[in-house]
Amino acid sequence: MGGTLLGALALAGCSGDLSALDPAGPAARDIARLWWAMLAGSVVLFLLVMGLFALVMLRPEAGRRWSPRTWIAGGGILMPVPILFVLVVFAFAQGEQHLPWRGEHNPVRIEARAHMWFWEFHYLDYPEVQPMVDVLHIPANYDVDVIATSDNVIHGFWVPRLGGKIDATPGHETLVRLYADRTGSFGGICAEYCGTGHAGMTFRVEAHTPAEFRAALGLAGEEAE
Amino acid sequence: MNGERNETALALHRKLSEIWGTPPGLGKLSAVNHTAVGLRFIVTSGIFFAIGGLLAMLIRAQLATSASPFMEEGLYSQVFTMHGTIMMFLFAIPLIEGFAIYLLPKLLGARDLAFPRLTAFGYWCYLFGGLMLIGALAAGVAPDAGWFMYTPLSSSIHSPGINSDVWLLGVTFVEISAVCAAVEIVVSILKLRAPGMSLARMPILAWYMLVVAGMMLFAFPPLILGSILLEVERAFGLPFFDPERGGDPLLWQHLFWLFGHPEVYIIFLPAAGVLSTLIPVFAGRPLIGYGAVVAAIIAMAFLSFGLWVHHMYMVGISHLAMAFFSAASALVAVPTAIQIFSWLATLTYGRPRFNVPMLYVFGFFFVFVIGGLTGVMLAMIPFDKQAHDTHFVVAHLHYVLIGGFVFPMLAAAYYWMPHMTGRFPVQHLSRAAFWLIFVGFNVTFLVMHLTGLLGMPRRVHTYAAEAGWDTLNLVSSIGGFVMTFGFALVLLDFVLQYRYGRAFPRNPWKAATLEWAMPLPPPVYNFASLPSVDRRADRIAPKEIGAHLAAGRGYLGFARNGQMETLGVSITSGRLEQLIILPNNTFLPLWTALGTASFFLAMLAKLYWAVPIAMLLVLFCALGWTRVTGSQADRGALPVGAGEEAPPHAECSGAPSWWAMVFTLASNATLYASLLFGGLFLWTSAPGWPAEEPPGMSLSLSALTAGMIAAGGVMGAAAVRRAGQGPRALLLASAAAHLAATLLLGWMALNGVPDRTGHALSAVCFAVLFYAGFHTALAAVFALYGAWRDATGLVSQRRNLDLRIGRLWHLYTAVTGVLGVAFVHLLIAMGSAGGAS
Repeated sequence: MGGTLLGALALAGCSGDLSALDPAGPAARDIARLWWAMLAGSVVLFLLVMGLFALVMLRPEAGRRWSPRTWIAGGGILMPVPILFVLVVFAFAQGEQHLPWRGEHNPVRIEARAHMWFWEFHYLDYPEVQPMVDVLHIPANYDVDVIATSDNVIHGFWVPRLGGKIDATPGHETLVRLYADRTGSFGGICAEYCGTGHAGMTFRVEAHTPAEFRAALGLAGEEAE
Repeated sequence: MNGERNETALALHRKLSEIWGTPPGLGKLSAVNHTAVGLRFIVTSGIFFAIGGLLAMLIRAQLATSASPFMEEGLYSQVFTMHGTIMMFLFAIPLIEGFAIYLLPKLLGARDLAFPRLTAFGYWCYLFGGLMLIGALAAGVAPDAGWFMYTPLSSSIHSPGINSDVWLLGVTFVEISAVCAAVEIVVSILKLRAPGMSLARMPILAWYMLVVAGMMLFAFPPLILGSILLEVERAFGLPFFDPERGGDPLLWQHLFWLFGHPEVYIIFLPAAGVLSTLIPVFAGRPLIGYGAVVAAIIAMAFLSFGLWVHHMYMVGISHLAMAFFSAASALVAVPTAIQIFSWLATLTYGRPRFNVPMLYVFGFFFVFVIGGLTGVMLAMIPFDKQAHDTHFVVAHLHYVLIGGFVFPMLAAAYYWMPHMTGRFPVQHLSRAAFWLIFVGFNVTFLVMHLTGLLGMPRRVHTYAAEAGWDTLNLVSSIGGFVMTFGFALVLLDFVLQYRYGRAFPRNPWKAATLEWAMPLPPPVYNFASLPSVDRRADRIAPKEIGAHLAAGRGYLGFARNGQMETLGVSITSGRLEQLIILPNNTFLPLWTALGTASFFLAMLAKLYWAVPIAMLLVLFCALGWTRVTGSQADRGALPVGAGEEAPPHAECSGAPSWWAMVFTLASNATLYASLLFGGLFLWTSAPGWPAEEPPGMSLSLSALTAGMIAAGGVMGAAAVRRAGQGPRALLLASAAAHLAATLLLGWMALNGVPDRTGHALSAVCFAVLFYAGFHTALAAVFALYGAWRDATGLVSQRRNLDLRIGRLWHLYTAVTGVLGVAFVHLLIAMGSAGGAS
C-alpha cells in the first residue's frame, strides 16, 4: 500500500510534457522501464561499494576473510561481467524492437526538415498536404517513421514521451520511429545545440484518431484509412 | 665524522644549486627546471579553473529560474562553450601535465625530465594559447558553438566571426604543449630512472603516467587534424565538412570523438594513479594487485580508443554497429572495477588512517561510482536515445570528471602540497572545505539527472515555466554556489598553508616512494646524488636513502664542468646505460613559443602573407636549440660515481632524443592515418560523391615524384653508415632530392588539383600532397643540418646521433610520401564520376 503510494508520488513527480519518464508509447515506455530497472540495480551496486568502503575503513580485519585475489577477481571481474552481459544483450534486443521499418504494415512516413530555428514537416504519403511548421500530426496507435534532415546546421528531433531522438544532419537522412498509444498533444524539442535559437526550437506532436488525423491534414474524410 | 659529512653535503648542495638554479628577476623566464615549470603549469591551470568555475556560476545563475533575463543567448553560448573548453583544455590536461612534470623525476630518482627546454616551450604554448582564448572571452568574441564545435554550426557560413577561429587556433596551440609533454613524459619514464629501477619496479604512478602519455600521443592527433582541416576550410575554402561540396559534418564528429573519448580516460587515469599511490600510504602497506592494476590500465587505454561512437548514437549509424561500441563501453567498467577492488583490498589488508586526503578519497568513491553507473546506463543505446544531449548527460559527465578527477586531484594537492611548500596545512579549514564541496556538488548534480529525464536539453539559455524544471534548477544552482564556497575555502586553505603552515618532519605521511627522500621544499637538483633501486620503488625507506643521497654517496654525487647531469637506463631492465647531459636555462623556448604565437596570431588576424614568415621564424628558433648540443670529440665512458662508468647520451644508440623522435613520428603517423581515414570516410559516407570534376594527375609525374621522395629518404638514411667517413655528399644529394620532391609535390598540388575549393575529393588530395611536401621540405632541412653538423666536426662514427635522428625522419618521409602519392591516385580513381566507383 505504502509502496503504491510512494510509486504514485514518484510518477507524479515524473510527469511532464517533455518527460521521458511519462511515456505515451511503447518505445518510450520500454526505455522508461529500462531506466527504472537500471536505477534499482545501480542503487544496489552503489550501496554495495560504499558499504565495502565503510567496512574496510572501519573494520579492516573483517574484510580479510576474503583473499586479495578474491577481492580483485570477484569484485573486478566476476561481479560486473555477468551484469554487463545481461544488460548489453537486453538493451540490444530492446533497441532492435523499436527500430524503424519493422511494422507489419506500412508506417506513415513524415520528413522533418530542421531549419534555424523551426521544424517543417512534410507528409510524404500525402503529397497534396502542405508542409506544416512546428506542428506534427500523427495517427495514434499507428507506426510513424520520421525522416529527419537539415540543410543548415545539425539539429536533434526529440519527442520524449513517444520515444528516442535522432539527429537531423545536413547531407544525411536519419530515421526514428514514433508510436503514440493514445491520442493527445505531446511536446517536442530540439536536442542538439544549433545556435542562438536552440532553446526556442520547440514543436508539438498531435496524435489523432484516424478520422481526426485525416481532418487535421485537410484530407477528404470518406477514404478508408 | 657526522659533522664532516654534513659539511660535504653542504658544499655539494652549494655547487649543485649553482649549476641547476634559476636566475632571479627576468631571468626566471629562462627557467627550464621541471620543478619550476611544473609548478607554473599547476598554478596556471588553477587560475584557469577559477575562470571556468566563474563561468559555471554564470550558467547556474542563468538557469536558476525559467525565462531568466540575466544573459542573452549569444553571450550565454560563449559562456557555456568557454566553460567546457577551459575545463578540458586549459585546466584538466595542463594540470595533469604540470603534476607529471613536477613529480615524475622525483618519483623515478632523476634530476630532471629528458628535455627541459621542451618542458618550458610547452608551458609557454599553453600559456599563450590560453591567453588567446581568455582574451577573446574578454573581448566578447569567444567561441560559441559548444566545446565540441560541431560543424556546420562552427563553419564559416553559420559562424562568420572569428569566434570559431579562436577555438581552433587557440586549442591547437595549447595541444602543442600536450603533445610535447606526452613525448617528454614517455621518454623520461622509459629512460630517465634511477639505475636498478626496472619497469616492474616502477612506482605505480609512473605506470599510469606512461600509459596516459602514450594515449595522449595517439588521441590528440585526430583533434589536431580536425582543427587544421576546419580552419583550412574556414580560411581558404577547402571543403572537408561542407555537405554541399562533398564534405561531411560527421567527419568532424568522428575526428573529435576519436580524441574526445580517450581524453576522458587521459583525465581519469592520472587521478586513478593518485589513488593507487595515496591509498597504500594511508593503508600503511604496498598496493595489492600491482600487476592486475597495470594490466587494467593498459586494457583501459586500448578500450578507450574503441568507444568514441557512443557519443554518436544519434547520427544514424546502424544499430548492429552501434551494439559493438555499446558492448565495448560497458566493458570499460571491468578494468575500472579491478582498480576499485584493488584499492578496497589494499585498505582491508592494511591499517587505514583517516585524514584530509582520505576524505577526498571517500569523495571520489561516492561520486565516481555514481558517475560510472550512469555511464553504463548511457552506454545502452535505447536509454541514450532518451538521455543523450539532455541534462542527464551533463550530470553524468560532471560525476565522472569531478568525481574521477577533481576529488582525487584535491587529495593529491593536500598530499603533495607539503612537498611543494615544505609546510603542513591547517586542518580545520580543510575539512569544512571538503564538506562544502561534497555536499554542494551532490546537491547540484544529483537532481540534474532528473532534470534531464524530464526533458531539459543541454545548452538552452532559457526554458518555459510550464516545463516544470524550475525547482530542480534552483536546487542545482544553490548547490553550485555552495560548492563554489568550498573551492574558495580550499584556495584560502592553500594560501594559509603556504604563508603560515607549520614545519613538519621529513616524510610526514610515512610514504615509501622516492620523492620524499629529499629535503623539502625540494632543491632544484632534486637529489644531491642519485639512488640505486633494488626493490619495487614504492617500498623504499625515504629517511635512510635521503640521508645517504644528500651526503653524495649515490651516483653523480659531484659537480662536473658545470654540467647538468642525470642518468639514463635501459628501458625494461633499468640497467645503467648512459650519462645524460641536460641543457641549461635559456630564453630560446620563450622565443620559439613567441614565434609560434606569431603564427597563430597571423592566422587569427587573417594576415596570411605573414604565416610563412612566422613558420620560418619558428624553424630558425628551433635550429637555435641545437647550438649547445653536440661535442667535438668522442669522450667514451665517464665515471658516474659508485665505481661505475657510462658514456654520454650522444654516444649511445638509445639516446632520449632518438626515442623522442620515434614517439613524435608515431604521433605524427596517427595524424596522417586520420587524414587518409578522413578521405576514405568521405568517399563512403559524404553526400555529393563521386566528384564531377576530379583532379587530374599525370601518372609519369607522380612516379617521378615518388621516386624523388624515396631517393631523398634512402640517401638521407644511408648517411648514418658513413658517419665519420664523409657523409656529406650523401646528405647533400638527399637534400637535393627532397627539395626536388617538394617542388614536384607543390606543382602537383597547385596544378593537378585546380578545383580544390569545389569538392572534398580535391581538397583531400591537396591536403595529402601538402602533407607530403611539408615533410620533404623538412627532410631537406634535416639533411642540410646533418651536413652542417658534420662540417663543424660534431659528427663521428660514435657521435652520429644527429644523423640517426635524421634517418628516422627521412624514412618516415619516404614511406608516408610514396604512400600519399599512391593514395591520391587511388582516391581519384574511386571517387570520380568516371572512375571505378
